[in-house]
Parts: sequence; structure tokens; C-alpha cells
Amino acid sequence: MNRRFIQLTAAALTTLAATWPAQAQTEIQWWHSMGGALGEALNGLADKFNASQKDYKVVATYKGQYPESMTAAIAAFRAGNAPHLLQVFEVGTATMMAAKGAIVPVATVMANANEPFDPHAYLPTVVGYYTDLKGNMLSFPFNSSTVMFYINKDAFKKAGLDPNKAPKTWKEVLAAAEKLKASGQECVYTTSWPSWMHIENFSAWHNVPIGTKQNGMGGLDTVFTINSPLHVRHIAMLGDMAKKGLFTYAGRTNQGDAKFSSGECAMFTGSAGAQAGIKKAAKFDWSINFIPYHDDVKGAPQNSIIGGASVWVMGGKKPEEYKGVAKFMAFLSRPEIQMEWHTTTGYVPITQASYELTRKSGYYDKNPGADMPVKQLTNKPPTENSKGLRFGNFVQGRTVIEEELEAVFAGKKDAKTALDDAVRRGNEILRQFEAANK
Amino acid sequence: MEKQVVFRSAWLPYALVAPQVAITIIFFFWPAAQAVWYSFQLQDAFGLKTQFVGLQNFATLFEDSNYLESFKVTAVFSALVGFFGIAISLLLATMADRVVRGAMAYKTLLIWPYAVAPAIAGVLWAFLFAPSIGIVTYVLKGMGVDWNWIIKGDQAMLLVVIAAVWNQISYNFLFFLAGLQSIPRSLIEAASIDGASPTRRFWTIVFPLLSPTTFFLLVVNTVYAFFSTFGIIDTTTQGGPSQATQILVYKVYHDGVKASDLGGSSAQSVILMIIVIALTVVQFRYVERKVQY
Repeated sequence: MNRRFIQLTAAALTTLAATWPAQAQTEIQWWHSMGGALGEALNGLADKFNASQKDYKVVATYKGQYPESMTAAIAAFRAGNAPHLLQVFEVGTATMMAAKGAIVPVATVMANANEPFDPHAYLPTVVGYYTDLKGNMLSFPFNSSTVMFYINKDAFKKAGLDPNKAPKTWKEVLAAAEKLKASGQECVYTTSWPSWMHIENFSAWHNVPIGTKQNGMGGLDTVFTINSPLHVRHIAMLGDMAKKGLFTYAGRTNQGDAKFSSGECAMFTGSAGAQAGIKKAAKFDWSINFIPYHDDVKGAPQNSIIGGASVWVMGGKKPEEYKGVAKFMAFLSRPEIQMEWHTTTGYVPITQASYELTRKSGYYDKNPGADMPVKQLTNKPPTENSKGLRFGNFVQGRTVIEEELEAVFAGKKDAKTALDDAVRRGNEILRQFEAANK
Repeated sequence: MEKQVVFRSAWLPYALVAPQVAITIIFFFWPAAQAVWYSFQLQDAFGLKTQFVGLQNFATLFEDSNYLESFKVTAVFSALVGFFGIAISLLLATMADRVVRGAMAYKTLLIWPYAVAPAIAGVLWAFLFAPSIGIVTYVLKGMGVDWNWIIKGDQAMLLVVIAAVWNQISYNFLFFLAGLQSIPRSLIEAASIDGASPTRRFWTIVFPLLSPTTFFLLVVNTVYAFFSTFGIIDTTTQGGPSQATQILVYKVYHDGVKASDLGGSSAQSVILMIIVIALTVVQFRYVERKVQY
């Protein structure tokens, strides 16, 4: 009896040992906010990584939209079981960055794991958003887009405008708008993401600061500067357009996308990521272009800034797990992986090599306009004003800006008062953040 | 002398109420106490650094003109929801009370909207009134109304009021119907023999006899407008445009959950808590005493 038992145990142990490598796989939890087709593309990346090696297994979990997954991760961190990787939208960058102890900079993870890593391989405008002043990459730029200008070519034709010449400056936009209106176009121009387009990207595109201290990248004691004469002039122009029926406000997020793709609006500024939806829905000829600028501003157009999200590495995990994280990041940076992500989702490629590879593959010839976002992002080498921005609690800050813009578009406030109020209220939020993160 | 039934065992009554007490402590007192505790603190999003700041969070709130604006918005919103919710359901209840044939069908249909979650109610009405594709928008456009609640604050307020009232009418309706049925028929018959018109009978007999119900519903509806309408706001306007529909409870959520400002959000919920305690006191002191059927 006894001997039999020992034999059995030995057999069991041998079997266990045989299957050991599979079970010893280190799991890496990744919380993200990519739903629908984007989620499938993301899962595809994780599967490919898992199939490419045996030691680590990336488990991707959808945790709701950006603010929701961030809240979930914060709650999980407070309870002591945060995921290894967390996808955070760009406005959450300052909050994550200030949480030293909760996060580990990507540069550190790569260095500790001896994973070859060259920050210069990445597109400067993309990586600049997520890099500290010393040049250390803090989070991994996963999905980045930028804001683009779309026109409905059929509507342009109908209004007697040249459909192949999209307006380049705001002066030209106004002239085209008048003609479109006269041709019976009910909604002439609309926008998605009003603050991202008309304050954040507007500033970068015209090389003017959004806030002091290099748009907040240089320290927590930053203040907003979005009530400059140029900002006031631009927002006043939009308010005026709204009054004349040349600009239709669509809402704070991507509601403008549908207004353009349904043919309701003839001109539209929105994410480069809107292309996929427009391609599917639009029953008219359209084109994607650089966003307009004011041609009397010196140095404009500069370069636009990104939106989207990056992947943060959370703190307090085992060294073995960080090794896997580093391997996964290196995997994600591979040109062919980046090209796949770029071409299936429409997000911009994050490394120079992957951009070149996509170009050589002939993808841009077959899909004209697909390289416009990268070209706009790299229009000129980024300056202090166009590298990106880093404001504490910018989720709240953006809401404040949008509330004030809405007051202008509704004709309740003039542009100067609204932007002064936005700066005052925004600065209160910045001071609060500074006090909480001293 | 009232007869009282008492438990003989010393511990049994306590054991029987224990689950309820436990639930109340875990789900009400504990979070409430935490909210009070957090309202005196300044904390970063991850809870890595915590400072005790006393009443500073409250001071900041009352210096913030937008927070005071939110009070005004809440007052207007609750007044509208309370008034229309009660008026419309009272009208419906009096009508349903008079219906002889198929009364059950009418009553059932009128009670249905209560089964719809506020968030769903919000989505339904937002679809009907959607600026580009809504069917009501289409009709309004035909009538020459420029309907766009995305940018027009008054219209946004109207939208959330409609959704909130629609969702609450059934609840009010049930109470009014019960109240109406308990009014003695003889009183109304005597009045009609004396030649009082239906309107007159309503205002001099029915309405005063319904007053305890009305007052109770007023309190319930105010509390409803203060708290339960969160889902409607979140699925439609999200407080916009330009704060036109940012009621207090929505601001608590936005600042605490979306903007991770735990201290400020907790201070706001403590203030809300005080308001609701005051409302409950009013209800218990005045309503309970006056209820007489």
C-alpha cells in the first residue's frame, strides 16, 4: 500500500515537472480601453506576443472607457492589486506622472531588464508628450492620433469651389464657408473635441504656449496662458461663425464625426482616427488635410500635437514580471508590429522605422491621405510650445475650457471674458493639484 | 391602552434586527463617515500623499462661483421636476380614477415607466430629441424651432426635466390614485347634489384631502431630483452645455470619479448629506404629523 502511494506520488510529481514550464509562465495583466474593432486589434497584438515566446503571457482586459479604466486602476492600486500595465489617455499623463511610487518609468523598466532601447528611434512629437525633461520615456506611446481637417468634396463642388483645393488658412475657411452657406449647406463647419482642437492643437500649430513652464512639462507651478490675444481672436472668430450659422457646435467628444460622415456638415476638424468611420459611412467624396492656420502668425504652421493614450507600467511588482513587461514593450516597438497596428487602426506609427516600412510597402499610395497625420505631426521639429502638454488634473481642466467655449458659442460670453475665466478656473485646479502633490 | 406583543427572549429581537443594522452600518454609515473624513483631506489620485487641511475644501467650494451656480441649477431643476411631476401625475390620477371601463389597462400602462431605469429613460429621450437625428427635433424643425440642446442650456435643462418627470410620474400616480380612492364617496356625492361643478369639487374637497399625499410626494420628488436623476444627466447632457444642467450630485461624481479630486468631491457630498438630512427632518416633523385619512 505504502509503496504504491509513493509510486503514485512520484508519477504525479514527474507529470507536474513535465508541465512545469507551461505553468511557470509569468502573467502580465494589461488593462485597456480599446473597444470594438480596436479591441480586437489589441488582442491580436497580445496573442502574437504570447505565441512568440514561452515565458510570459500578456492578459489584456477591457476595463471600460479611458476615465473608467483609470479610475478602476486607481481603486485597484489603493487596494493593493493594480495591473502591471495600464492604458491611460493623454490628459491623465500628469496625474500618472506625479504618482511616483505608483508607477515605474518605461526607461527604467527597459534599463533594468537590459532590453535594448533607443528613445531616438521614436517620433519626437509622439514620444515628447510622454518624456520627462531629462529625456526619460515615462510611458509607452501606444495609440496616438492627431487632429485633422476634413472636407466634403461634393459639397465644395456644389458651392462652386474647387474640391481639390481644401482651405489652408482660416481666412480661406471663412471664404469657403460663406459660399457653402450660400449654396444651401445647412451645417457648414463643425468640430469634435473642441478643447483639443481649438485650444491645445491650435496653440501648438501656431507655436504659442498653452501654459507656462513649457506647457506644464517643466514643473507643477505652471499657469494657463490661453487668454492671449491670438487665442481670444481665434475663439471670437468661432463665436462669430456660430452666430452667422457658419459653425455648428456638436459637443465635447466625437459627436462631430457623425455630422460630417452623414453629409450634414461640409467641413470638419476631428481625430485622424475618424477616418475609418468616415470611410465606412460617407456617401460622398472627401479629403483629409492639414488643419487651417492664421497666416499672419509668424512661424505657423508649426506641428500639431497628439491625442490618444499611452501604456504605463505600475509599481510594486516582481522583477521577473518587469522583465516580461520590457520584452513586451520591445515587441510592440518592432517595425512590423507597429505597421500592423498603424494600418489596421489608423493610429500613427510611433517609430521612424515603422513609418518608413509602411511607406515602402506602398500602403500610402493605395490609401492616399493615410500619411497626412504623421506629416502634420512632424511638419517641423517640435518646440517648447508644440511638444505636448502636462497639466495636473487636466480632465477637470479640459472640462472647464469646454464649458467656457460653450458659453462663447452659445453667445452668452465674449471670447475675452470666457478665456479669462477659463484661465482663472483652470489655474485654481492647477494649484490644487500642486498642493496635493507637493 | 394599546396591547403590545413582546419577545420573551432577551437576545432574539437583537438577532432579528442585526442583519438590517449590519447592512445600514456597512453601506450607509461607514461610507458616510469616510466621506466626512476625506472631506478634511487633500489627497493625490493614488492616495500616496495625504494632508489634513481642515475646512479648506469647504472654503474652496464656497469661493467657487461655479459651485454656487450648481446650487442654483439644482434648485431650478428640482422645482421643475417636483412641480411638473406632481401636477401631471395628479391630473392623470384624477382622470384614471373616473374611468369606468378598462381602468386596469390604463393604470397598468401609467405605471410602466417606473420600471425603466433612469439611465435608460435618459437615453430614450436623448434619442428622441437628438440634435441631428431625433424624431422630435425633426418635427420641431418643421415648426420653425431651432432645437439644439448640445449648445442651448435652456433646452438641455428642458430635456433632462422631461426625462426625469416622465420617469417619476408613475410613482406619484400610484400614491395619488391610492389617496383618491380613500376619499369618501359620500362627501363628493353630497357636493354634487349641492350643485358643485367637477372643478369646484376637486379644489374644495379632493385637493385638500390629498394634501398629506401631495406634501409627502413633494419631499420624495425633491430627494429624487437631487439624487436619483444622476443617470439621466450622465447619459444625456453630462452637466453641459456650459454647466447648464450640472446638478450637485453630478458634480460630486465628476470631481470625484472622473477628475480624481477626492477631497473636494467628499466635501460636496457632505454638504449634500446635510441637505438631505434637513429634508428628512422636515418630512418627519411636519408630514408624519399631518397625515390623516
